[in-house]
Amino acid sequence: MLTHILILMVFALALLGFWLGKRKAILAATSLHSLPVHYASYVLLMTILPASLTLAIWSLAAPWLLHDQSLTLSNTNNTLAQTDTALKSIVVIIVAVLSLFFAMQKVSPEFRARNVVEKFILAALMICAALAILTTVGIVVSMVSETAHFLKLHSWKDFFFGLDWSPNFHGDSALSILPLLWGTLYISCVALLVAVPIGLLSAIYLSEYASSYIRGIAKPLLEVLAGIPTIVYGLFALLTFGPFLRDLFGPEGFFAVGWMSDTRSVATAGIVMGIMLIPFISSLSDDIINAVPQSLRDGSFGLGATQSETIKHVLLPAALPGIVGAILLAASRAIGETMIVVLGAGAIARFTGNPLEALTTVTTRIVSQLTGDGDFNSPETLVAFALGLTLFALTLGLNIFALYYVRKYREQYE
Amino acid sequence: MIEPNPHKSLFVASAQTKRRATAEKRFHMLGLTAIFIALSMLAILMTTIVAKGSGAFQQSFITLDVALLEAKLDKKGTRNPDNLKKVTTFGYAPLIKAALEQVVVARGIETDLTSKDMAAIVSKSAAAQMRDRVLNDPRLIGTTTEFKFLANSWIDGYLKGRVTRETIAKNKNISTAQLDFADRLIELGIIEKSFNIQFILGADASDQRPEDAGIGVAIIGSFAMMCVVLLLALPIGVAASIYLEEFAPENRLTDFIEVNVANLAAVPSIVFGILGLAFFINMMHLPQSAPLVGGLVLTLMTLPTIIISTRAALKAVPPSIRSAALGVGASKMQTTIHHVLPLAAPGILTGTILGLAQALGETAPLLLIGMIGYVATNMPETVSQGLLSPNSAMPAQIYEWAKRADPAFYERAWGGIIILLIFLVTMNLIAVRLRRRFERRW
Repeated sequence: MLTHILILMVFALALLGFWLGKRKAILAATSLHSLPVHYASYVLLMTILPASLTLAIWSLAAPWLLHDQSLTLSNTNNTLAQTDTALKSIVVIIVAVLSLFFAMQKVSPEFRARNVVEKFILAALMICAALAILTTVGIVVSMVSETAHFLKLHSWKDFFFGLDWSPNFHGDSALSILPLLWGTLYISCVALLVAVPIGLLSAIYLSEYASSYIRGIAKPLLEVLAGIPTIVYGLFALLTFGPFLRDLFGPEGFFAVGWMSDTRSVATAGIVMGIMLIPFISSLSDDIINAVPQSLRDGSFGLGATQSETIKHVLLPAALPGIVGAILLAASRAIGETMIVVLGAGAIARFTGNPLEALTTVTTRIVSQLTGDGDFNSPETLVAFALGLTLFALTLGLNIFALYYVRKYREQYE
Repeated sequence: MIEPNPHKSLFVASAQTKRRATAEKRFHMLGLTAIFIALSMLAILMTTIVAKGSGAFQQSFITLDVALLEAKLDKKGTRNPDNLKKVTTFGYAPLIKAALEQVVVARGIETDLTSKDMAAIVSKSAAAQMRDRVLNDPRLIGTTTEFKFLANSWIDGYLKGRVTRETIAKNKNISTAQLDFADRLIELGIIEKSFNIQFILGADASDQRPEDAGIGVAIIGSFAMMCVVLLLALPIGVAASIYLEEFAPENRLTDFIEVNVANLAAVPSIVFGILGLAFFINMMHLPQSAPLVGGLVLTLMTLPTIIISTRAALKAVPPSIRSAALGVGASKMQTTIHHVLPLAAPGILTGTILGLAQALGETAPLLLIGMIGYVATNMPETVSQGLLSPNSAMPAQIYEWAKRADPAFYERAWGGIIILLIFLVTMNLIAVRLRRRFERRW
């Protein structure tokens, strides 16, 4: 509780400094180097920064230093902690007052307050930008360390080359990524088989055939499809599309073929995921097709080609690298997609080619291993990090490759 | 003399021309079909959501006059609140049975049901509802008061057509005799469907009481997360973009940051969930299921989106503005903060709203930090409770309902989706309006 008051006090001091700095700068009056507000901000920053730095270092270091003593002096532990807090507050306040005083000394018409304050701001901006790197580092470090932990407990041969996935919370489980990868890739392929033709043809139609009126209606509507959260698609797969497929192919279904026993299947998740990817593919390909220069079309028309011939023989070959990039990006989305497969794909890890049977994916297993009740240090839980790392590497590779591909293509016509 | 060749005439289409024309028509139709399929998918999705979810906003209520007997609720007759609290919901349940029996006698309904089976058509939440009202207003004891109870989810399903006499043939939860009884009560106007505000404002309920479940607490949870995202992602994202766009020198580090941002935008959301679990919960020991952690994870996830749109907005501000400001003696920082940033603000805001909308619908990372499997029954009372005590979020709540065995929860899940989509549509409309209102062509 005391820390809150302490922070408030430092802030109050800083505000006092702001006011004092501004006053001193204005009273100095003879042509100042910077605006009064710069002097004021300088004093404010100089008051806050050393004090908060002291506070942070103290708070981090104190538990370490106290820890050794508290083992032997458990009775005095409480009083020790109290003196520690009291001492900390006094030191922090003294630091704040001293730095305020020091900063005030510096305020003079010749002092280049603007440059100093702006350097601080620039540093803050830089730290924010570095956060992107920090996030990536955080992802990689947290997953690599846990994966290393996992590989100590479980043989890497089984993880990479085994053929079974059967986690067993008593230990001794077979945890191999291959059946999961098979499920992931199979479902992604089904999704792309749905999304690529529909998305690509929609994009071609919208950019080459449609009147601006139809384009103005259809394009925003397609974007609506992209804005729907994946949980909605998941629910649609689980409660509407899966039962619909079973009504067609189930034992008592319309075709009475009995190919499908459960509502969850590769087709359920794959087709719904395909619907989700349609706008993704169509908007990317739309951009790419529009980037092909008009002169190429005109040249083809001039030679007597029909519109479809122009598209098939001129536009698509010219846009092909970009379209391949778009498909790769969509594939990476499909591989990393979670909610649709969690709700629609099922939980059985196996190698099956029947699209009407349930399969499981890498992302579903991550969710189920990490939301179970298992011990956090067991290989059954830790395997989720290894799966996550694989997923991260896979999607990152696809993304980098696709972005490189798309960028390389875009530069051709610029 | 040359014979006129019919195949060379411009007025007669040759076989090849015909073939090409057919191919052209076929391709045109193909494109039209594709767009038609895509749009009909959207239509199917939307109709399904509305058709299945609108039921959640209507609920069956049973209106009963309950005699609040003093002998049962306040034996000493002192109206002492402490004594009143000692009477549990079990003490209230018999009153409901009595009220139903009274209806049977007064209205002359013929039924073989025992009073226990009769009372089973009322929701299990009824006794608690009665108790709360009595504790709030002890003067009601001894009077006969009208109560509007929720009907059991099976009866509710019967009114909505989800439950029929055929589907419950082997069901232990409800019998056809009870449905007959309900039919009579419907005729008498005692059971009625009406708008259910509790679904929007109320809390989640346990597995046994689907009729009582609401999404209100989860909305608060989502709102708390969005506040965290807005407070962190917007300033950090804008600061990072300003640095990258205006100040960063062209070197390896800048390149690396840019590639990083682009790739982070495409990392699967579940990976951010793993990061949140490993870093915020296991390393920093922040509480599980807390909206604060959810907000932090979603911040990391939306940051790249905000950075990308902010950079685009900054890039759109013409260099002449910068040159003019620099020319009158402003420093680079002053130029950026006083001139470029305000001009880019509408674009930044639009991007932020779209990023928030994306974060609002995201579910996968929330699964991993424990916002699932938690029954969100309590409204948080303070800000710190709202951030730190376990809560659910809208998409997490929908997932939770979809997983439960009772089909009555599916209706809730679809209804939850309607509410979620209303939020998303509103946010997107605001973004579109902002863009239209402030868009400036240089």
